[in-house]
Amino acid sequence: MSDRAYTKTELMICVAARLFQDGTTAFIGTGVPMLAAMLANKTIAPNLVPVFEFGGTGAILENLPRAVGESRTFHKALCASGICDTMETAQRGFIDYGFLGGAQIDCYGNLNTTTIGDHDHPKARLPGSGGGNDVGSLCWMTVALMQHDTRRFVPKVDFVTTPGYLTGYGAREAAGLPRGSGPINVVSTLALMDYEPATCRMRLAATNPGVTVQEVIANTGFELIIPDKVGVNEPPSAQELRLLRKEIDPARFYI
Amino acid sequence: MQVLESGRGELMRPPDLEAFREWNRNKSRRLVDKRMTEQEAISRFVTDGCYIGTELYGTVRCPMSLCREVVRQGKKNLNVCGQGVLELDLWLAAGLVKKLDITYIGLEVYGTTSALRRAVESGQVETCVEWSNGAISWRMKATAMGVPFIPTRSMLGTDTLTYSAAKVIEDPFTGLKVCLLPALILDVGLIHVHRADCHGNAQIDGISGFAAEMARASKRLIISAEEIVPTEEIRRHPDRTIIPYYLVDAVVHAPFGSHPGEMAYLYGREEPLIREWVEGSKTAEGAQAYLDKYVYGVKNHGEYVDLIGQERLTQLVAERERRE
Repeated sequence: MSDRAYTKTELMICVAARLFQDGTTAFIGTGVPMLAAMLANKTIAPNLVPVFEFGGTGAILENLPRAVGESRTFHKALCASGICDTMETAQRGFIDYGFLGGAQIDCYGNLNTTTIGDHDHPKARLPGSGGGNDVGSLCWMTVALMQHDTRRFVPKVDFVTTPGYLTGYGAREAAGLPRGSGPINVVSTLALMDYEPATCRMRLAATNPGVTVQEVIANTGFELIIPDKVGVNEPPSAQELRLLRKEIDPARFYI
Repeated sequence: MQVLESGRGELMRPPDLEAFREWNRNKSRRLVDKRMTEQEAISRFVTDGCYIGTELYGTVRCPMSLCREVVRQGKKNLNVCGQGVLELDLWLAAGLVKKLDITYIGLEVYGTTSALRRAVESGQVETCVEWSNGAISWRMKATAMGVPFIPTRSMLGTDTLTYSAAKVIEDPFTGLKVCLLPALILDVGLIHVHRADCHGNAQIDGISGFAAEMARASKRLIISAEEIVPTEEIRRHPDRTIIPYYLVDAVVHAPFGSHPGEMAYLYGREEPLIREWVEGSKTAEGAQAYLDKYVYGVKNHGEYVDLIGQERLTQLVAERERRE
């Protein structure tokens, strides 16, 4: 692989990392979100405060955590508390970003990590909500990270584990979820999506280099809103790739 | 107050707070020596069909030695609450679990668990009642507070709520819709800590997960500890005590009790052995082979530690995260 060749996962991490704003708090789950947070921390968001659900707040992310409770999630941290504290912090409105994943996502950003098929007689039993539902309910802004294909981008998720915009505009507030919270982006292996404010439906924002709008549409199981102007994501920079491969995940645990 | 929505999941133990107060009234306040072996603790306090929970997460400060003993003793028809990685996977693979109050059972970075899939998809696990991680911890917090439920703004509008045993009401003070989570009272809780004295005063270094809440929500509580310290040591740092002795029924000395998971500031996790479970448990036969070697093949945690060997454990100590 030449220095500037990159994988889909590496690009996803870079696109997700660029969404962080400096001086904010972010709820970080296992996997790609951890790499994205570390990359953001080393580039555009040196004052990012990572929060891990089992109690780590403000860790210095020197080594990549492999679990949401492991010691690296509170390495040189500002506070080591417990899960009630971190979830209550989100419930009080202190957590800006949350990162989520799932087996299925629909056009309103609802996520399924519970079952494929009928809940009581599932075709596949998945892990369940974990902290996902709390993150999707209580953080101000959530970002979903997804493999992009029609098995995952579906018209209707088999099980709404974690709330996106539920059935559309105003549905979150009607259900009692905190006002002004909800999904803002989906970072996929093909593109970056956002949501149309009036309908809360998913909208294409930018395609990955070399990916056509038609390919994104063909790999999406629902009608994706295509605006007049669709951007193109910047490929990973040499600096981003170096940080990812040499400093963040040198053992290639994820990438 | 009108109930707007009710989850259809089974409430495994309707919270009887008067009975819980009576139970606590009768629990000894005496500072007695509660040290015992894991065989004795599990055989005395874990019964077939009981409602049981484990604290934290299968690779982090998890009571793995106690969980392996539960498998060795073949406790049956367990109603299990919680979030789990290796610990609940072992119970599922050994066929011990009848019902689940489930938040998350998975292998984290390694994905979904085959043991959970086999157990649920075959119908061996009869019921999965869904909750979020926050919700299950808050349910224990309600019990810790001694109240019948706790309101939250999580789970609303989702199938997670529909398949839980939560209820939605309109809050009489603000008019907001809130989700009411019923208090959760465990028959028995298992928690692994850094140090405890012989009475059960227990201290944890680093994050505390939901240890404080689970300890207060358990009728019986088994503590395993990396180190047993004199009570004077506890009295020197009472601010570090998360679990006071009167909550505790048994204290088990278990160095490397979280292995192959980690223990903050003491030892790292053993990735090759975690991978051995991840790979092995993909088939029922592979899971059985792992259980035969690491659980049934040893009599107790001491023999398990010998099986792993001092050389590997010394390496894990060297790999620990340090305070610096």
